[in-house]
Amino acid sequence: MELPLLHLALVGTPNSGKTSLFNALTGSRQKVANYPGVTVERKEGFFVTPLGRQVSVVDLPGTYSLRGRSPDEEITRDFVLGKASGETVPDLVLCVADSTNLRLTIRLLLELKRTGRPMILVLNMFDIANRRGISVDVERLAKELGVPVVTSIAVRKGGTADLLALTDEISAKLAAEPSENNWRALSVAELRATQREADRIISDCVSLPSRPDTWTARIDAIVLHPVGGLIVLALILFVMFQAVFAWAQPLMELLQSGFDALGDAVHATLPEGLVQSFLQNGVISGVGSVIVFLPQIIIIFLFILLLEDFGYMARAAFLMDRIMGGAGLHGRAFIPLLSSFACAIPGIMATRVIDNKRDRLTTILIAPLMTCSARIPVYTLIISAFIPAKDVWGFINLQGLVMFGLYATGIASALAVSFLIKFFMLRDYAPAPFMLELPDYKMPRLKSIAIGVTTRAKMFLHRAGTTIFSMMVLIWFLASFPQPPAGATEPAIDFSLAAIIGKALEPLLAPVGFNWQIAVALIPGMAAREVAVAALGTVYAIEGGKEAAEQIGQVLATKWSLATALSMLAWYIFAPQCASTLAVIRRETGSWGWMAATFGYMLVLAYAASLLTYNVAVALGAG
Amino acid sequence: MTDTHDTRREMPLGLAKRGYTGVIQHLSAKDAGSALSDIELESRLIELGFVEGARVEVLHEGLVGRDPIAVRVDNITIAVRRREAMAIIVA
Repeated sequence: MELPLLHLALVGTPNSGKTSLFNALTGSRQKVANYPGVTVERKEGFFVTPLGRQVSVVDLPGTYSLRGRSPDEEITRDFVLGKASGETVPDLVLCVADSTNLRLTIRLLLELKRTGRPMILVLNMFDIANRRGISVDVERLAKELGVPVVTSIAVRKGGTADLLALTDEISAKLAAEPSENNWRALSVAELRATQREADRIISDCVSLPSRPDTWTARIDAIVLHPVGGLIVLALILFVMFQAVFAWAQPLMELLQSGFDALGDAVHATLPEGLVQSFLQNGVISGVGSVIVFLPQIIIIFLFILLLEDFGYMARAAFLMDRIMGGAGLHGRAFIPLLSSFACAIPGIMATRVIDNKRDRLTTILIAPLMTCSARIPVYTLIISAFIPAKDVWGFINLQGLVMFGLYATGIASALAVSFLIKFFMLRDYAPAPFMLELPDYKMPRLKSIAIGVTTRAKMFLHRAGTTIFSMMVLIWFLASFPQPPAGATEPAIDFSLAAIIGKALEPLLAPVGFNWQIAVALIPGMAAREVAVAALGTVYAIEGGKEAAEQIGQVLATKWSLATALSMLAWYIFAPQCASTLAVIRRETGSWGWMAATFGYMLVLAYAASLLTYNVAVALGAG
Repeated sequence: MTDTHDTRREMPLGLAKRGYTGVIQHLSAKDAGSALSDIELESRLIELGFVEGARVEVLHEGLVGRDPIAVRVDNITIAVRRREAMAIIVA
């Protein structure tokens, strides 16, 4: 008889190693979606037990209790209680604990027990606990808690074997009596009593060494030093941006020549005409010019995931709390803002860790000013075309330095905007508290990182294959129709719809030094910023023929003045051009008004910055 | 034992300097002036392990106004602002 799918749920405090256990159990058989109605990420994975039972496991957001004080924590509570809409009640709850830090998890487990769901306590990272001299009387712990206890080492091959065997054993006996839910929100007194009970059980079953993890203490002595820590943070960010620019270069060139070769092959095989132009100029050079940036996106996510896994992100929030507080931001805003360097969408979604509504709103409004990876294609293109690749002061790459400057300007303006919001709109309110666990450092787990980076890369390619592809087709269409009359001597694109639209917009953009080709490229850039690069490629390719398609950068260098290029860079620091970001802001704030406000203020800043940059550059003779 | 902990003065953790070690005596959320309600602040502190009898040590402090502080609570480290730490009475 085929048994029905077994539903497991992973519950645990933040930093309990829940996600690495999830990755160890499911490998790459994962599905990431959203819970209906909210933007909390729903991660589900699948595996088969040694006895052949099909299992679905959901990785629930980390929480310290079932009180549900944020949307993430509400999901965890409702899911366990079987109240989440469209979800089945889990057959078995795996409560995941970091074996080196049992206090908070045992308290959570005592609370979870009241829900009456069948449960296993998983003592994860058991190897680290052993190495630190922590010994746990597993049998006694299970007896005291009244819950089966199993140890696991998620990062080691076979480290979850005991857990799998126990899952088989328990699932065979499940479903006899319907469980009774006695859970209700705990009062302060009950909370305190539960923590006391947890502490008693731990002192009976666990022997702790007297001294803390020496490595964490040593690293923190430097990394959390009031001055030294900030220097380390600045260094990490600087290395990150140099790496994005320098390490990705060879791979990008490789991809570029691959697409060029493909374009040439198409050009050679197909007869001259619309189909050939569509495939070569619209599809291959358009989509290709965006996919080329995959290496940079992988590198930036690699850094963010590594720092997160290592345990550094919470330290960065600690260091930045008061400094950002001066600009009216909460220390917890640092992580969402740092994620916004990859993409504002996960960044804005990550603001859910900020419980205070006003702090959260401020963070959402400024997150799009952080230089997201979609701007990298635009910056890279213009920088490599206009800024010489020489070293300054002997060792710093000038192109990397300009890139760093663009990032720095984005950060500075985000802080300034936040300060203005605090000063004018949210004047009198007490700052929300900052309370955050600083986990012990851990060696990042390569497998987890690999899975994380792959998921992001897939999302980027998916976007390139859908949104960007359809935009490229639209641009190619606008740039190719109507066709020039027979015997015309000007380039074909001068007769197209694109030229008509671009020239209509040109008077508005002329004061900032943009020509009509840029105006055309900015329109599809609304769908996604990086599309502007491909759009410029298409526009100039159709205007200038095959040579132009191969070297957008060189074409730009001949067609634009330095002032126009700098103005374009300034525009892109602020440009509100990303429909998906605006949609997420609308969803997260629940208001069209805040979405419009974000769009409006960014547009004004973009125009003002470009106007200033262009005129100063022209005055200095770069026109 | 030369320890004179019996006579050691109670003080809020929010005033402790780096290197301070002590034991939590009680929580007094109303003295903190936090943006959170008393019940909410007390619940959160308990959830992070700040309960009576826990050993605390101030490990690190921030650059601006020596704030926030990183506090070792038994065997975990919690970052908290001094304003909220005023609710934790230690001795």
